[in-house]
Amino acid sequence: MMTDHTVTAFDDDLKSITAGVNEMGGYAESMVGQAVTALIRGDLSLAQAVVAEDVALDAMQYKLDEQIVLTIAKRQPMALDLRELIGALRMANDLERTGDMAKNIAKRTKDVVDFAHPKPLLRGLEHLSSLAQTQLRDVLDAYVNKDIAQARKVLEDDDEIDQVYTSLFRELLTYMMEDPRNISFCTNLLFCAKNIERVGDHATNIAETILYIVTGEAEPSMHGTRTL
Amino acid sequence: MNMMTEAETKMAGEPDSKPLNKKMQGEKVNVHYAEKQALFDVDLEIYENQVTALIGPSGCGKSTFIRCLNRMNDTIDICRVSGEITLDNRDIYDPDIDVVDLRARVGMVFQKPNPFPKSIFENVAYGPRIHGLSRNKTELEEIVVTSLQKAGLFDEVKDRLHEAGTGLSGGQQQRLCIARAIAVSPEVILMDEPCSALDPIATARVEELIDELRENYTIVIVTHSMQQAARVSQRTAMFHLGYLVEVDETDTIFTNPNNPKTQDYITGRYG
Repeated sequence: MMTDHTVTAFDDDLKSITAGVNEMGGYAESMVGQAVTALIRGDLSLAQAVVAEDVALDAMQYKLDEQIVLTIAKRQPMALDLRELIGALRMANDLERTGDMAKNIAKRTKDVVDFAHPKPLLRGLEHLSSLAQTQLRDVLDAYVNKDIAQARKVLEDDDEIDQVYTSLFRELLTYMMEDPRNISFCTNLLFCAKNIERVGDHATNIAETILYIVTGEAEPSMHGTRTL
Repeated sequence: MNMMTEAETKMAGEPDSKPLNKKMQGEKVNVHYAEKQALFDVDLEIYENQVTALIGPSGCGKSTFIRCLNRMNDTIDICRVSGEITLDNRDIYDPDIDVVDLRARVGMVFQKPNPFPKSIFENVAYGPRIHGLSRNKTELEEIVVTSLQKAGLFDEVKDRLHEAGTGLSGGQQQRLCIARAIAVSPEVILMDEPCSALDPIATARVEELIDELRENYTIVIVTHSMQQAARVSQRTAMFHLGYLVEVDETDTIFTNPNNPKTQDYITGRYG
């Protein structure tokens, strides 16, 4: 554990910024869960709530960005402190984008609500979403505990999301080929699946940021391979 | 994330591709002031055409070390220096070394601007004159003008070269002292907190100057400003309680230092 700064207000600044990132993380994670729930249940009011929450998440990021810039200006951080602040800035950005993904999913709820849902497809989507949410939760835990082993595990586990996404993609294609009336519905689900897969990518971005904060070394991206 | 490859990072961290040439080297340098030991087995290499910054909390020995590099410590009776310090591989503590000549090769700029109570011209002309660096008045004038130009001061003082150097502003006085140090064509310039008495604009000018001077000289700077060390130097050496704790490329020291003491000091955690 690091000792405290001689200027204690600097420690307060850093704590408040870390708390801000955690708050955004919790918020974004719950938005993803709610968005997928709204989609699967066809719950339009829940979907609308998610869209509204995205506005709040954007505001959080704006506030956090300002706080980080001000702290950099005031404290002129070096080494670990500098990495911590730059890391927080990057994470806030990834979490804001995660919220956007949730919002995108929520917005599609109204377009799929009237269709008869083939159950396996929705189950696939639910599974994909639970994987992405776990990744997000794990990476946020890794951030709180500055646990690089857990961050590395998140990087490794992203492959599974990519695989599930790819198989879901194939399945959706099959449905579309079977009956052109499925195309609209399946395309919407495909976009949702892509959004969930992107949530997983943001989790790995955050994992890389944690590694950078703790070790000071930028590890080359391991999840750079594009999925379909 | 867009991360640079290792090779790219290395290239960005190196200011120029010239191979590094060792200009000065301290080996097992120990310094005592009477009974009290101020430096313990310091090994440090100073590379040519680089700025080396010495950092560390007060009393850590960085000023003591920089003063060893041109034997300024000789002037303190109770000071004893052991170990070896070389300039171009020659031991500067060798009895055959002419200290006056050494100090012409290794010049120094101090914390507080200390111009002589003479005219601006005379401040700069003094060194070349006593070292016999000019054959006539024209040559001497040439040296004075070039030195003032290199120190970035000439344009500001060209119309009043014969007015008192002490009448200049603090920042101008410090650049005058740098011009005075340059006038004897030194190879190494030592700077002991050269900006601590200057305002931010004057500091920026001196920092800009340091960067320009690096092309022709080797510079060692002691500074309490971490930002300054990060801005002007290529290598940084961290001292603590008389020991050299860590020395590395400046970019590494200020983003990812190896030693916890360095980390604590540069991030303001050192109690």
